[in-house]
Amino acid sequence: MSEPAEIRDVPPSLVEARDVRVSLQGTEILHGVSLTAQPGEVVALMGGNGSGKSTFVRSIVGAVPHQSGTIRLFARPATASSRAHLGYVPQRISAAGGVSATSLEVVTSGLLGSRDGADRVGARLRGLVPPRDAHARARAALRSVGIEDLAKRDVSRLSGGQQQRVLIARALVRKPRLLILDEPMAGVDLESQVAFSHTVGHLKHDRVGVVIVLHELGAMAHHIDRAVVLERGCVTYDGPPPKDLGVHALPGHDHEHPHTDPPTRDGGLGLEGP
Amino acid sequence: MNLLAEPLIQRMLLVGLLVGLAAPVMGTYLVQRKMALLGDGIGHVALAGVAAGWLAGSLFDLAQQDALAIPGAVLFAIIGAVVIERMRSRGAAADVVMAILFYGGIAGGVLLIGLAGGSNANLLGYLFGSISTVTWGDVWMSVGLAAVILLVGLGLRTALFAVTHDQEFARSTGLPVEALNMVVAVLAAVTITVAMRVVGVLLVSALMIVPVAIAQLITRSFARTMHLAMGIGAALTLTGIWITVFYDVQPGALIVTLGVLVYVAVASITSLTRRGT
Repeated sequence: MSEPAEIRDVPPSLVEARDVRVSLQGTEILHGVSLTAQPGEVVALMGGNGSGKSTFVRSIVGAVPHQSGTIRLFARPATASSRAHLGYVPQRISAAGGVSATSLEVVTSGLLGSRDGADRVGARLRGLVPPRDAHARARAALRSVGIEDLAKRDVSRLSGGQQQRVLIARALVRKPRLLILDEPMAGVDLESQVAFSHTVGHLKHDRVGVVIVLHELGAMAHHIDRAVVLERGCVTYDGPPPKDLGVHALPGHDHEHPHTDPPTRDGGLGLEGP
Repeated sequence: MNLLAEPLIQRMLLVGLLVGLAAPVMGTYLVQRKMALLGDGIGHVALAGVAAGWLAGSLFDLAQQDALAIPGAVLFAIIGAVVIERMRSRGAAADVVMAILFYGGIAGGVLLIGLAGGSNANLLGYLFGSISTVTWGDVWMSVGLAAVILLVGLGLRTALFAVTHDQEFARSTGLPVEALNMVVAVLAAVTITVAMRVVGVLLVSALMIVPVAIAQLITRSFARTMHLAMGIGAALTLTGIWITVFYDVQPGALIVTLGVLVYVAVASITSLTRRGT
């Protein structure tokens, strides 16, 4: 199918969300939110607690349904099969389940799901079992986040930062074209933050798009191409990241303390309107 | 006399082996989902199924009144598992749903068996197991059902691990999360009806969970926990059944008591060795 000339000239977005509305238990959380990310672009999704950041990324990855608006992944409507090239790192509550599992087992589980041609039954069934070279690929993903030596260790016994790196490796093992991370820096030690920053640098170089939910830019600041700020389920800013972040850029700063400044349109992030 | 040549002992050991291998496979997924007590809830619904099968048998004037008891148990257990899974996926509190099934199952069972003209004594064999009455027909049914449980439980281990470990991530990969959750629930129900014969409804869950709990003390990998639990489960059922050949004790109760003793012993040893290091 040929596309109109004006669309062909623009590189297709990896993700294109338009006017997305999401209600959870009868309450509308997102009131028409839009976001795009291009290959090699790192987009920070920011905002205070309860602004709808996590709900938005969860709707993009298909974890919660959206009531209206459109979500396209890789220039196709978002379906199970279009998620073959999507990597997702959910907000880490705990990387452990009721039964112990090794880092290698958790990362290997990332190789399942949709494959190319997943609309066919055969491809869908193949997505239920890991490929032959699964362990080698899982080890390579652990190596890429600097924790191959922890491959056989019980995930529940790892530090918060190490668990987070396991979850990032689980997303990277899919060789995603788009990586979506929900607060990957929360409760993470400085060493893991630096390692993660290097990982994002490599992904950018490889033209992978990254959407990352952050409370503050911190160690990631120099990688961020664009910041999208959400406040009470609406986008209040979408543009380049601010140069001067003041106290909000300091590692370890959180938004739990009471702000003395009156609230601003951009949620107190020091951003100016587009 | 070679006891192993006795057809009854052969049948008991064969069913015991199958149940010992299959129950911990599904038990591993239930423990992983922190739903270790699901087996109890479904087991009690299966009891109502036994009584319903009994009632159907008496209504149809079947020569063997309990001929439909096991099919009734399978049917009710599967329906119970599907109901629990659907309500859980809609956000209902899983423990409350299970409690309701628990009470409904046992009360319904007693009522239905009364309507069928039987007594609660008829239910005792199902409550505590009746492996010494196992027929070759029962053996072949157990072989078939255990084969399905092992084939799916082991073959789809990574996918079922993914779904029970992190549902949100599994959904993002395009895995059919709802279908796989249902597979776990239905296979757990099938496992319970197979294991019911050996240890009875009251202890069926123990055979799924105790071997996993023991394996968890020894190994830290999901796959190794499952394989070790299968070995422990088979060793427990075979040992328990073999002992009852010589001593007049209730096999189900003996198997579970052995399991609990092994758990206490292994827990003591591992805590001592950890303290020593």
